[in-house]
Amino acid sequence: MTDTIDLSLVDWSRAQFALTAVYHWLFVPLTLGLSFILAIMETIYVRTGREEWKRITRFWMTLFGINFAIGVATGIILEFEFGTNWSNYSWFVGDIFGAPLAIEGILAFFLESTFVAVMFFGWNKVDKKFHLVSTWLVAAGANLSALWILVANAWMQHPVGMVFNPDTARNEMVNFWSVLFNQVAVDKFLHTISSSFLLASMFVLGISSWYLIRKRDEDIAKKSILVAGVFGLLSSLMVAYTGDESARTVSKIQPVKFASMEALYEGKRDAGLIAFGVLKDTDKKIGDKEVREFAFRIQIPGLLSVLTGGDRDSYVQGLRDHLSGNEKQGVISTPEKIERGKYARDVLLSYKSAKQVNDTAQLTAIKGVFNTSDFRDKYFRFFGYASIDKPEDVIPDVTTSFYSFHMMVILGFAFIMIFTTALVLLFRGTLSDNKWFLWMAFISIPLPYIASELGWVLTEIGRQPWIIQDMMTVSQAVSQISTGSVITTFILFAVLFTGLLISEVSIMVKQIKTGPKH
Amino acid sequence: MNQCNYTIKKILHFYYNGFRNMPGWGRKVWLIILIKLFIMFAILKIFFFQDFLYKTYQTDAQRTEHVLNQITNYPDNYDRHH
Repeated sequence: MTDTIDLSLVDWSRAQFALTAVYHWLFVPLTLGLSFILAIMETIYVRTGREEWKRITRFWMTLFGINFAIGVATGIILEFEFGTNWSNYSWFVGDIFGAPLAIEGILAFFLESTFVAVMFFGWNKVDKKFHLVSTWLVAAGANLSALWILVANAWMQHPVGMVFNPDTARNEMVNFWSVLFNQVAVDKFLHTISSSFLLASMFVLGISSWYLIRKRDEDIAKKSILVAGVFGLLSSLMVAYTGDESARTVSKIQPVKFASMEALYEGKRDAGLIAFGVLKDTDKKIGDKEVREFAFRIQIPGLLSVLTGGDRDSYVQGLRDHLSGNEKQGVISTPEKIERGKYARDVLLSYKSAKQVNDTAQLTAIKGVFNTSDFRDKYFRFFGYASIDKPEDVIPDVTTSFYSFHMMVILGFAFIMIFTTALVLLFRGTLSDNKWFLWMAFISIPLPYIASELGWVLTEIGRQPWIIQDMMTVSQAVSQISTGSVITTFILFAVLFTGLLISEVSIMVKQIKTGPKH
Repeated sequence: MNQCNYTIKKILHFYYNGFRNMPGWGRKVWLIILIKLFIMFAILKIFFFQDFLYKTYQTDAQRTEHVLNQITNYPDNYDRHH
């Protein structure tokens, strides 16, 4: 496969998908998080009847509306790309993706188009409580839409609840609940929405701090900081907890990704957790692949073993375990997986040949093999390995995985500090006097965006070369279209999304400068 | 039936009034939405993002054949290296 596919086509297709996904994700988390902050603010208004809370809600609702409108439908481009650039993949997974994406589409359309309209047009026209319910439903609907997308992505990280049909070359869903409650999906959903809540809280905290620096709308700014501070602190603690859960799941389900994000080459007991580290070029190799070692690191002894296995004696698998295998730890070597993948491919080829000559006896016999759990669990789950060129090709980019993970974690702890400090200063009544903190909160607005994007970089780079873990490589998934057309659309998307982003920022800045209406 | 018509009229009136009394920023973002949707569906989807398998092959059997070839037809590189 790698001999017949133009690698620049694969790289450009990946770059295009990455570009659209990264831009799309600049709009989504603010919608997910700010919708809940609005619902909380409006709840306070309805319960207290105090008009300033209505003004606060309406002001942040304006910024929500701008972000929502500019970002809406940017995700559809990703679906365009599935059909055009990733047609083999789309065909292979079609039935699995179909259900979650259809539910997402219906939810997004009905919940958002109905209740977003009530949210924006319904002030003073519908009953207060009905308006509040609509705001809560927008928040719930937006986050439920995200659930289905994340379920689809989680299936790619951990394919479950399906069987492969050799007649159609497609995976078919046999257990919807396994797909929905896939451990990766549960972790991913909770971690993603809590990080979106955090991002929106930082957005509110940062802009409110700017009002305090400018000494204007101070009452509204302080009330907003109270909501953002409490919601942000709770969210950032939830991000830390769900991130830990997520990492534990990755260590079991995608151990190669886990070893890469910790730059752990040799497996060991009593493995330390890297709190901070810098990698440098060395002569060290794993197979033929050059890897970087630590120039400097701060390590907490034994903590990685404790976090993944419950005690310091737990063995944490390293990258070399996966290449060479470790029978004692039940780790299958990559060459062995390649052999199993090839066997699965040969069975599929035999089925194809039998079909061509209409050998019904052979077809029945091979289909029987496909239906056995032994074949599925031991061989077909490694189907993608048959196309692996060299065993070390299954190791992702360790440097990118390591830094994206550790920068995200460092930022995560910084957010806890920022929200805690904001609340302490607010309750002490000294927030307005602490200009250094207000400026820091203001310039921190982009940081959760960076952390959130780094999370996706880790998720996707850390599982390379797979598009579907162990079953299909990125190279197998790509469509045989011209590289030129992919480059053209890459440039078009870059222009379109940059234009949208500039529009959003400029309209938002204007509204922020205008401030809440009196 | 009259009640139903009344409700529909009320909903339509609600949307009509909402759009009519939209603030300046609302009009701007609606313009951006319309331009964006036009670019996405009338240009990108039609000229650049046709479904590859549906455009290239007539039947599902042909599409299946193509995908099967794509996911199974590659040289045994690993054997060659080892």
